[in-house]
Amino acid sequence: MAKVTRRSFVTTVGAASVVPAAALLTVTTPGAPAEAATAAKTPNEAASGKPVYLFFNADEVLFIEAACERLIPADESGPGALGAAVPNYLDKQLGGAWGAGERLYRSGPWQAGTPSQGYQLPFTPGELFHTCLRAISRDLAGSKTPFHEMSADNQDAYLKSLESGAHDLDGVPSAIFFDMLRQMCVEGFFSDPVYGGNRDMVAWRMIGFPGAYADYFEAIDHHGVKFVREPMSLAEDGKGHIHTRQDIPANL
Amino acid sequence: MVQRLKEVDVVVIGVGMVGSIVAKELAAAGYKVVGLERGQTRFTVPEFQSPAIHDELRFDIRKAMMQDNTREPVTFRNLGSQVALPVRRWESFLPGTGLGGSMVHWNGQTYRFQANDFQLATRTRERYGKNFLDADLTIQDWGVTYDDLEPHYDRFEYLLGTSGKAGNIKGQIQPGGDPHESPRSRDYPTPPQKEHYSGAMFRKAASSLGYHPFPQPSSNLSQPYTNPEGMKLNACVFCGFCERYACEHYAKSVPQTVILPVLLANPNFELRTGCQVQRINLDSTKKHATGVTYIDAVGREFEQPASLVISSMFSINNVRMLLLSGIGAPYDPATGQGVVGRNYAYQTMSSVASFFDDDVHINPFMASGASGTLINDFAGDNFDHSGLGFIGGAFIGAVNTNGRPIQYHPVPPGTPNWGKGWKQAVVKHYNHTVMFSLHGSSAAQRQNYLDLDPTYRDAWGQPLLRMTFDFPQNDIKMAAHVTAKAVEIGKAMGAKQVAGSPRKGPYTVTQYQTTHNTGGSVMGDNPKTSVVNRYLQSWDVPNVFVIGACNYPQNASWNPTGTLGALTYWAIDALKNKYLKNPGRLVSA
Repeated sequence: MAKVTRRSFVTTVGAASVVPAAALLTVTTPGAPAEAATAAKTPNEAASGKPVYLFFNADEVLFIEAACERLIPADESGPGALGAAVPNYLDKQLGGAWGAGERLYRSGPWQAGTPSQGYQLPFTPGELFHTCLRAISRDLAGSKTPFHEMSADNQDAYLKSLESGAHDLDGVPSAIFFDMLRQMCVEGFFSDPVYGGNRDMVAWRMIGFPGAYADYFEAIDHHGVKFVREPMSLAEDGKGHIHTRQDIPANL
Repeated sequence: MVQRLKEVDVVVIGVGMVGSIVAKELAAAGYKVVGLERGQTRFTVPEFQSPAIHDELRFDIRKAMMQDNTREPVTFRNLGSQVALPVRRWESFLPGTGLGGSMVHWNGQTYRFQANDFQLATRTRERYGKNFLDADLTIQDWGVTYDDLEPHYDRFEYLLGTSGKAGNIKGQIQPGGDPHESPRSRDYPTPPQKEHYSGAMFRKAASSLGYHPFPQPSSNLSQPYTNPEGMKLNACVFCGFCERYACEHYAKSVPQTVILPVLLANPNFELRTGCQVQRINLDSTKKHATGVTYIDAVGREFEQPASLVISSMFSINNVRMLLLSGIGAPYDPATGQGVVGRNYAYQTMSSVASFFDDDVHINPFMASGASGTLINDFAGDNFDHSGLGFIGGAFIGAVNTNGRPIQYHPVPPGTPNWGKGWKQAVVKHYNHTVMFSLHGSSAAQRQNYLDLDPTYRDAWGQPLLRMTFDFPQNDIKMAAHVTAKAVEIGKAMGAKQVAGSPRKGPYTVTQYQTTHNTGGSVMGDNPKTSVVNRYLQSWDVPNVFVIGACNYPQNASWNPTGTLGALTYWAIDALKNKYLKNPGRLVSA
């Protein structure tokens, strides 16, 4: 059952007047996709960039949004994970091929192995996230304040306890979950916006990465000159400069 | 039911760089050649085009161009006493798949090894005495010399159009080039690429310390070039998407841009993609190959008879093919007997990060995969190792290959892993950091080897390759020594903070290092310590040739591709001029 945060409360209320009755009903359905609960969707909200969560349930969204924002917080340098829609990136990756074990060798037998041998659990990323988030939810059930309403310091302390591997999350060492969460946050922050994170290329603007832009032949030997240019997403590269050279066969 | 196909002269397993070159030469000489490639067909157009190709998540992080490890991974352990487990995700090294092979996603760094490297055991004994090497090291000579290979290096560089500056032409030292290089017969086919800012800073600092900086030889070309096969390449525009990507610009020398169209136009050649070779078939004597058995993309099994089999897959896959086929005695580290899988080696990579103030704009995203500036003063045996307790070395270079931010966001040591401190450090340092690559040699050691895994299997039911590897102490010492020298260069550049990261053990498959997996099917003069002779012909089955970085008895201080190209042409020369005229052993055992 979703709890309404201050942030999602504001957006929900703002949207409520135009929400169809059917959508409102789903708000009270336990285990329903989170989007219905936290931000009953409207065309307006979709346009505003509020994620439509397909993988995380409502409870999971509350934890994931809060945790991602602590991993990459908004500050004077610019938006953090929430502003960059990183939780949306996680949702789409975990709900898609990657979450289902794309590029993961999945045959047993299974054993923990040494740190040098890398990831050795039978879980797909999707299974791992649901398993760990369920265990975290149980672990925090006794605390007075839900994770997403904790102070930033207390949130950080809990995340650090996950990072140090202090928890057994239904068989998953919490450090493995934390590392995957952190890696995916970095991916969602810096990957091309076509994947649902790095909204408006905020992360690229912050560091000065020009994105998919391709030609620095004239610029490269202007040493030390600051390169100021709007970044370019894959989605914007309308030129798609396909090479059509008559003397090079296009295909065979 | 196995379908038996019509016999051909030559079957080539793996249509990457080696397979393409061998097939092209033999088809042109009139032989019927079939190329079996497990991956898919792909070309610069349409497969490698933008915008899709500039996708860091898909290619860098999700490894879209790599061998399908859900069907065919390797297993790994550091020590023989441990249980090897599957590498469930590629990270440390990235074998490619598909037409053109791993070279399609390379960075284009194109070196020659030095004369010393090919006679490493002999030269080390001569210079430092008999007992200088650690007892566990199994360093040996190659059975070929630099002089044997020089014309073939030259031919390969001219095929690629490699951009560089000679340092030594026929013994005459050339200003601006690498004075440590072994003599070359002529200069590179094209001049060096433009120098990146980080390279210019490195050049100045290294010179001030008395070292000898030179431009990295690059097969991302500095200018348009037509190679001897008639293939036309463009100039690289420094887009910063080389390694793990294909080049959209016809500027990176890969099979598709330098030779494949010529090969495919020859009616003597037939390409079959989606074909997973299961084994090289032997007759009842086990001394003669009859062809190969493969399973095609839809699961049908075929036998392809052939008079000559060329195993030209990625290094470690060649070794696995020999083991699966029962060619050569598998190596046993307990007794030191056997040869297949012996002397597996790698590359000992270290790095140095130099952090500058925020008014120094490095622009790391303006990059070619090989437009660095380097020194070889601490590579190979270019410095006196007396009293140092190790052999080998590393090139040190400001090799700015990219600024792709999921992977590249350097932060100083002590930076938190996440949170505000991490984010601020990333923003502060992204455009103001110079990274040095320290590309170190890898000594062969008794305990490091490849064999077949007793437990885990591939999607076709065959045993996976098992890798047992950790860094020899020799290489850990080397990394520490060279990193200290590189830190001095970082300081001489005027960096505010310089952080050295010498390679330390244990070796882990969780962190990318290089895809320079060498050995396991090494070449040499003695069948007791090598799998193939000096012409890369199997000692045991003379109508099988194995060509790959698996032939290296140990790995040198440079990227292996240039040497592999030279060995390929060297072997072709022997095939065309010796073997095919009179099939049989080219060297008596």
